[in-house]
This record gives sequence, C-alpha cells and structure tokens, in this order.
Amino acid sequence: MDSFFSRFKNPLVLIAIVLTQVISLAIQVQRPSQDFDSGGQADSATVTLLRRWTAGIFTPVEMLLHGSGTHVRGFWANYVDLRHARERDQQLQQEIARLRLEQSAFAEDAAQGRRLQELLAFKQKYIATTVAAQVIGTSGSERSRVVYIDKGSADGLKPEQAVITPEGVVGKLRDVFQHTAQVLLISDPTSGAGVILESTRIRGILRGTDTGQVQIDNLTADSRIQPGETVVTSGGDMVFPRGIPVGTIESIAPDPLHQPYTAITIRPAASLARLEEVLVITGTQSTLPASAQQDLSIAQATAEEQKRAADLVAERLPSLHDAGAAPASPDAGPDARPGAPATATPPADPNAALARPRPALHPDRYSPGSTPSADELTPGQPTTAIAAPVQRPSSAAHPAQPPPAQDTTPRPATPPSTPPNF
Amino acid sequence: MAELSYTSRREIDQYGFHPAVTLLAPLACILLQAVLPRAFPRLAILDLPLIATIFFAVARRSPIAGAVTGTFIGLVQDGLTSHPFGVNGITKALLGYAAASLGYAVDVDNILNRAMLLFSFSLVQSLLLYIITRWLLGDIVRLHPLHELLAALANMVAGVPVFYLLDRFKTRG
Repeated sequence: MDSFFSRFKNPLVLIAIVLTQVISLAIQVQRPSQDFDSGGQADSATVTLLRRWTAGIFTPVEMLLHGSGTHVRGFWANYVDLRHARERDQQLQQEIARLRLEQSAFAEDAAQGRRLQELLAFKQKYIATTVAAQVIGTSGSERSRVVYIDKGSADGLKPEQAVITPEGVVGKLRDVFQHTAQVLLISDPTSGAGVILESTRIRGILRGTDTGQVQIDNLTADSRIQPGETVVTSGGDMVFPRGIPVGTIESIAPDPLHQPYTAITIRPAASLARLEEVLVITGTQSTLPASAQQDLSIAQATAEEQKRAADLVAERLPSLHDAGAAPASPDAGPDARPGAPATATPPADPNAALARPRPALHPDRYSPGSTPSADELTPGQPTTAIAAPVQRPSSAAHPAQPPPAQDTTPRPATPPSTPPNF
Repeated sequence: MAELSYTSRREIDQYGFHPAVTLLAPLACILLQAVLPRAFPRLAILDLPLIATIFFAVARRSPIAGAVTGTFIGLVQDGLTSHPFGVNGITKALLGYAAASLGYAVDVDNILNRAMLLFSFSLVQSLLLYIITRWLLGDIVRLHPLHELLAALANMVAGVPVFYLLDRFKTRG
C-alpha cells in the first residue's frame, strides 16, 4: 500500500487538488429559480470573504498605480487645458445656450408627460443621488467582464446598484468592499438588464456574451426591429432606472443556440473597453430632483419668452398668406399698411393677394405684358418676330452686319388691362 | 543504477526560487494582467498568470509543485473575476502538473521549445476553460477557434521574453 502511494504520489495529489476544487465549485454555483434575473448573483459569505481578501491584496496597488498615472497625466492635461480654456469656455457657453433652447422645447412635452403619468398612477423613478468613481482595474480575464472602482461601502455603495456614464449604462455593482467595489459590466455573460426599443416599444432582456458583445436574445424575428434603433432601459429589472440609454442596434441575426430567437447585437452607448469615470446611482425618487426642477422652471420660462417673442414678431411682420389681408394695390397710397384688414371680397385668383408692379410710364419690350403669351407663339417662328430690340445704326462699328429685321408683331402701346400672370 | 540519459546537463537541473520571488512574481503577473487592459484593452487577450504558471512548473520540474503553484495562481485569478473559485484553479493546476511533467522530457531552456510550450498550453487552457464552463458550470458558451489561436500566439510572443526575465531569479535547487 505504501509503495502504491509513493509510486502514484503525483497523480494522486493532482486528483485530490482537482476534486477539492470541483466540489467547491459545486457548492458555490447556485442556480436562480426565477425566470428572469438581472444576473451576476452575489456570492455566499465565505466566497465574498475570499474575494475580499483577493481584492484587498490587489486594489491598493491598483489605486496607487492609478493615482500616480492620473497625476502624471493631470500635469500635462492641466497645461493643455489652460492653453485652450478661453476658447473652450466660449464653446461651452454657446453649447449651454443651445441646450437651453432645446430644453425649453422639451419642457412642455415633459410637463404633459408627467400629467399623464399622474393620471395613470405611474411611478417614475428619477435619479436622485449618484457617486462618481474612478475605474482602477479589471478582472484581467476576457471571460469575466468586470472592473474595479475606487469607491466602496464607506461611500454608501451597495450591491445591485446601477453604474452608468453620461453616455449610457455600464453595469451594476456585484461585490462591494469597504473602499472598492466590483462592477459587473453589461457585456459579461452573467449580466442581464431589462430594455425597451425606443421607437417600437418592444421589450427585451439584454445579456452579455462570451465574446464581450451585448445582445438581446429573447425576441423572435420582427420586421419592425431595424439596425440603428436606440435601446434604453425599461426599469423592469429594478436595478436600472427607466430610460437610460443602452446603445443602438448594430445587427440582427438568427441565434443558432436559441432557436427560434434572434440575436440582436447592441453597440453600447458607453465605451465599456475604455472606462475612466463612472457614476453609481445610489438613490432614486418618484419626483424630479430639486436641481432638475430648477432646470425645468428655467426651461419653461425660456419657452414662454420664446413664445412671446414669436407672437411679437408675427404681429410686426407682413403676412403674405393671410387670406383676410387686402392685396397691396398699386393704387394704394404710401401710407397703406400691408396687413390692414380687407374691405373688399377676396379675389378668386389665389395669386391675387400678391403685390403687383406699377405700370411702366414708358413701356419697352422688357415691360410686363409686352411679351405675347405662349398661346400666341408658333414653334419654329424666328424670335425676331416676337420682339426686336431697337438698335441704333452702327454701320461704322459693324459695316458688314445686315440691317436688323423689322418687328412685325403688333405690340401694345399701353399695358394690358389685365395684369400679367407671373 | 538508474539508466537515465539526458542530452545536456541543464536538462536534469531542478531550479529553485527565493520565497519572495515565488510569491511576488505570480502576483505581479496577475496585477499586470488586471491593470494593463484598462489602458490597453487589446492586451486582455494575454494571460500573464498562465505564463507564470508554466514558467515555475518547468523550472522546478516537480509535478506536485507545478499543480500547487497553478492552483494558487488560478484561485487568486478567480478572486478578481466574477467566476466561482476554481474555474482557473482547476485549469492551472492541470496545466502546472502537465508542464512540470513535460519539463523532464524536453529541453525547456530552448527558445523554440519554450515558444511551442506556451502556444500549446495556451490552447489547452482554452479547451479546459471551455469544458469547465460548459460542463461543470452549465453555462452556454461557444468555442472560438480563431480567437483562441490568436490568444495562443499572443501568449507565445509575450511569454518568451517573460521567461528570460524570470530566468534571472533562478537558483540551483
């Protein structure tokens, strides 16, 4: 027996090591019983402790490396920023002005939407508080799309909180340690999120793939779903607030692993491979936050001002298409107002309201009405027969030139009684 | 008398390492693996912990030491991911054992052998990870041969200089 163990010592040790880990894997893996889950379940207490130890070894070094790198980059970036600060300030001011105008345009729609939501007793969740965090490291594995941030439970973070950037959704917190936290990206195969297609309002479940893509894989083929459509969070997963951009549809193809479903690949709005700073949503509320309410009131005031200014301009400018307005008659005096109310019945001619030129005092061939109408013209007839310019004899200048043809077409000496039809 | 024949003296050498190197070199590889993809996302294709596992296994030429080193590196790597503990642990334990066993048979100081070792072991790791994820965890994953081939090439290119760097810390066992 002793010789057996000494002879097969190496393979026996290997089998023991592997078997122990297989059993520990079986203990760790917990299958969710729900049909839909947002993925990335939190570990058990023992596993979390092990992860805490691992993170405790690496994240301080990562924070140190990140901090030193930031300082070096910051030194150069500050210098460059200062050089262009004034120009950038002007650009930002213009941008703010433009955005204020856009915001005012949406303010009325937003107010109407809220009124309708109140009527339907719909509980909208608004982002109330966020914590900004820096990404300090990754999992180091292509098979696990996880990043580490430099904020943890000491900053008020908790597992299952949504992580976003101004561009869109990033993921959610998985394990939260005291000063760091693990963010499970939406591109991880174990992650999930409830989404809605913005224009078609089709709901789906977003999942990551083993290649790091983001896909909706629970929808069957639908001709309404087209590449380029925007995808936003639906709020149904109770993790991500409703309406946060997720990305745009990049491609739609049959899913060979989940027939008859299609694999709708999404191009994430947030750059998941190059994350620098993220926002962790630490609180939501059913009413608009105070800052947003202030912005909204400014927007509404701007919208009112714009409306008043538009009315004022509309009053002062002449209205060409106002059917009730009298045409600017040539006989009207200089004091006649274009927008004055009409006293006569409106003419049948739709162009009658247009301004007419005054009749020429000395009409020539360029005067309105001097050219015969198209009905009187004959194809192929020389144009000289229509109108011949009165030329001065200039034989000295052009001795070989024949004399000009005489105009044989009778020409009205006076303007026609009916105005020309322009 | 054992009738062993080796082609060179170096092949029968078993190297050792200072305990600090044994501990810090794999940790440094794991740290670099975690930090580098943040700045250069394409470097996520590398597996520096795998390179460290193979290096220490073939240098020590002890299958048990290789398996234990592989388990340690793999479990620490698992700690940084969202996977359960053991996915990389099992994989790297098997690879460490195999690499140490191969260390007896081939001249692992030869650059060509090192390159082939890194390339083939990288492919074997991809296969083992697929098997563990697919059959032990029950996740629906696909094997991407072209990507795994590229990863193996990248590990081979990066691993050879890392081997020469770690050679400096070898001591006679």
